[in-house]
Amino acid sequence: MTDSLDDPVKITPLLDRHRALGAKLIDFAGWLMPVQYRGILEEHRAVRERAGLFDLSHMGELFVEGPEAGRALAHALVTDPLALAIGRAQYSMICAADGGILDDLIVYRLAEDRFLVVANAGNAQLVSDLLAERLDGFRAILDDRSLATALVAVQGPRSREILAPLTDIDLAGLRYYAIAEGQVVGIEALVARTGYTGEDGFEVFVDNARAGELWDALLAAGEPHGLVPVGLGARDTLRLEAGMPLYGNDLDPTVSPYDAGLGRVVKLSKADDFVGRAALERISADGPRRRLVGLIVRGRGIARHGYPVFSGERETGVVTSGAPSPTLGEPIALAYVAPADGEPGTMLDVGIRDARVPAEVVPLPFYRRVG
Amino acid sequence: MVPTDLRYTKDHEWVRIDGSRATIGITQYAAEQLGDIVFVELPDPGKALAQGAVFGVVESVKAVSDLFAPLSGAVVAANPDLAGEPELVNAAPYAAGWMLEVELGDPTELEGLLDPAAYDALIAEG
Repeated sequence: MTDSLDDPVKITPLLDRHRALGAKLIDFAGWLMPVQYRGILEEHRAVRERAGLFDLSHMGELFVEGPEAGRALAHALVTDPLALAIGRAQYSMICAADGGILDDLIVYRLAEDRFLVVANAGNAQLVSDLLAERLDGFRAILDDRSLATALVAVQGPRSREILAPLTDIDLAGLRYYAIAEGQVVGIEALVARTGYTGEDGFEVFVDNARAGELWDALLAAGEPHGLVPVGLGARDTLRLEAGMPLYGNDLDPTVSPYDAGLGRVVKLSKADDFVGRAALERISADGPRRRLVGLIVRGRGIARHGYPVFSGERETGVVTSGAPSPTLGEPIALAYVAPADGEPGTMLDVGIRDARVPAEVVPLPFYRRVG
Repeated sequence: MVPTDLRYTKDHEWVRIDGSRATIGITQYAAEQLGDIVFVELPDPGKALAQGAVFGVVESVKAVSDLFAPLSGAVVAANPDLAGEPELVNAAPYAAGWMLEVELGDPTELEGLLDPAAYDALIAEG
């Protein structure tokens, strides 16, 4: 459960709530987190049909502030945060000089000179260190509030009706990929209309000390609407159906944004130099050497991380994420394959133990919400 | 308390003995540990089983788990319902969620199985 004798597992302010709700707990990225409460399939369906409540306090929250905050982030990341209007957000990545992805991120612009960068739990310290390095020379300060900030998400079609009565923020006016500061049940909060499920929803950032109050209020307000607590197990099946990559599975330092189908996120046209620019320009010009595609397994078996992918007898790639899809009723996967084998409609085979099981390349996402 | 008419293994399988035949499945404890079961892979009739060897796989949403043969013998039948309804293993692990029917190869192996009290003690240890 511990990484080493020097790194005891971290806990969120909501651990006692998860225990009281009967959660099955696991060590995720050095944090003791709920993987499920009543069951992954039930929680997954609740989010698709009604709403789910997630403790995401393990994520990293890095504030960057100063007259050159935007310029500094444009140098550090592959996107152009200066292009964001105040109150808007963008999906981004931080890359190495060779173009390999070190983390995927959401960047929120809170003010002219103030940004919030949200990093994956497993990379929060690394991203903090990288930003500190990359901000050097710019008039910008990094304030890593990861360990002081709790994050609770409500995701699902009923999210807005659950949250609206609890906040002074006008949720109808809060567009997708926007953020606002205000109060939720009297608690100072940042409320973002972002998420990792493919449904409508809100991510609410508060100080650790208020997390329990926030969670209790959302759970109580959501109960009549069919809201249930949801763990990391269903978070993974939901994001997979939505075609969203997971760092550590689908993205890692050996993968470029172009391999992962995220080339449109890289803003090569932005004015100043940024870390990885030269390598990314070259990869963009040459074309990627592999391609991340969606697979639906058409035979009997579940494709999982690490399973080989074949085109006829030729091994063409590997599965990086795979699971049963509760919404589609068939197993789905993300896999890297040779670009020529990645056209939708192509029939490939996944090696599952001794068998070769047919799988079809399909466009992403697997699931798209209506309305 | 687990069913008293069955015998058990430390790998959380149960065995119902009927003369020279045995029915095999996994226990409620195992099913609960696994969570929602979404896939079961079982051998075809005629396949030989060796006690302690892997005979198939049970998959939850997140993980793949090996199934270990509690006894040696030959597969007579595999539960045909589990292909379409793997959740039967969660719902009724000792009844509709049965996995294999086996013709026993070595009845002396029965003596090595755990009785209900011993299995209860095992799972109480956690």
